[in-house]
Amino acid sequence: MFFAAANIGLLAFGNTGYGDELFWGAVRTVQIAVFAYAFGIILGLCGAMGKLSGGKTLRVVLDLYTTLFRAVPELVLILLLYYAGTDSLNKLVTSLGFERIELNGLVAAVFVLGFVQGAYQTEVLRAAIQAVPVGQTEAGKAYGMSPFLRFRRITLPAMLPYAIPGLGNLWLGIVKNSSLIAVVGFTELALATRQAAGVSKQYLLFFLVAAAVYLTITMLSNQLFGWLERRVRRGQPKLA
Amino acid sequence: MRWDWLPFYFPMLVHGLYLTLVLLVVSVVLGFILAVPIGLVQATGPAPLRYLARGFCTFVRGTPLLIQLWLLYYGIGSLFPTIGLAFPGFKENFMWLIRLDAYYYAIVAFTLSYAGYEGEVMRGAFLGVPRGELEAARAFGMSPWKVVSRVWFPRAVRQVLPTLTGETIDQLKSTPIAFTIPVMELMGVTSRIRQDTFLTYEPLLFLALVYLILTFILTRAFGYVEAQIPTRR
Repeated sequence: MFFAAANIGLLAFGNTGYGDELFWGAVRTVQIAVFAYAFGIILGLCGAMGKLSGGKTLRVVLDLYTTLFRAVPELVLILLLYYAGTDSLNKLVTSLGFERIELNGLVAAVFVLGFVQGAYQTEVLRAAIQAVPVGQTEAGKAYGMSPFLRFRRITLPAMLPYAIPGLGNLWLGIVKNSSLIAVVGFTELALATRQAAGVSKQYLLFFLVAAAVYLTITMLSNQLFGWLERRVRRGQPKLA
Repeated sequence: MRWDWLPFYFPMLVHGLYLTLVLLVVSVVLGFILAVPIGLVQATGPAPLRYLARGFCTFVRGTPLLIQLWLLYYGIGSLFPTIGLAFPGFKENFMWLIRLDAYYYAIVAFTLSYAGYEGEVMRGAFLGVPRGELEAARAFGMSPWKVVSRVWFPRAVRQVLPTLTGETIDQLKSTPIAFTIPVMELMGVTSRIRQDTFLTYEPLLFLALVYLILTFILTRAFGYVEAQIPTRR
């Protein structure tokens, strides 16, 4: 009685249904997650390097970054960074004598989520790099490898088996946390679903569909990361 | 920076803190109680129960809590008035269900979420208990129930305790999501202050500080509890 055949028509594409709205919402969700994840990895790599080989001041700053950003709820950080980021950008732009700009929602979302993600990435990557025996990089040094070559040939392949499980969890986390962007009014999957549900009054149907879409994304991701882990572990002794 | 709003809204914030903490404690305690059978059934239960428990954990861990909360509050919650319209008897007897406050939906959603995450952890912990200990318990003639209550469960819980800290802090950091279905916990009060005073940052910064303190206290408390449990290495 709640899933009458007519209701399923609401999922159609085009003017009669919300199928296309949900589809583009899902695309937006994946876009945000991928870009924010990439941004987070870059921040995380820099952060891990800084923590392991930076000076005292840099280490204190990075410790503050990872501690604060991992202790405060994502939703609060997203709201703070979203308003602070767009505000300070506009202050900068107007002080230079330009018109106020409306920041692209996607860019803001990626920046905000990526910045939060970076704190978690820093810790995962730092732990993974530290797990690589020092002797291996020292051997690279002894052979006269440049720092970059040492990172690419020794540290990176040796740390990946330790990093991939953590990186996988962070990816799942960012797919799920991307839904929090709905709170600042950016139409990704969660908000698109809520709008469609609100207009049609078919809340149960639409939220079940959204849950199924998220579940599909996360389950496919699990497969991908499982494959990645097997690949970077090849040649290593089997886990118990 | 303006902080003159703080004294006026302070009682409201204290009430918000109370709601946040009750939501956290109730969902963690009930969620953990639920997680034990969910984990046990996955480790040893009959196939239908095992698949049900595994499916539940996959669903909870694979979808955002925000969607779970909306599914429960807007989705399931909107069914009750519909049923009430169709069956007058239901409306008479279950008016409380139709009028149920959003806060209870939040408690149910957060409990189920915690149970899903922790159920998966409990499954691993139950499977991680050395087989020999269970066999020894059986050899002493313990009933299956007694094996669980005297050996299997106590051993598994001890393994799980360190992960409990992280899961509980994650749960604390999820509580602001409850404001999206109107619950006036800390985040709800903060967004109300922001609407009333037109201040963008100050209430959010204050909220961040409160959560920082809560996380710190929670970490310390769990560390203390963990230190009390004797371990031999």
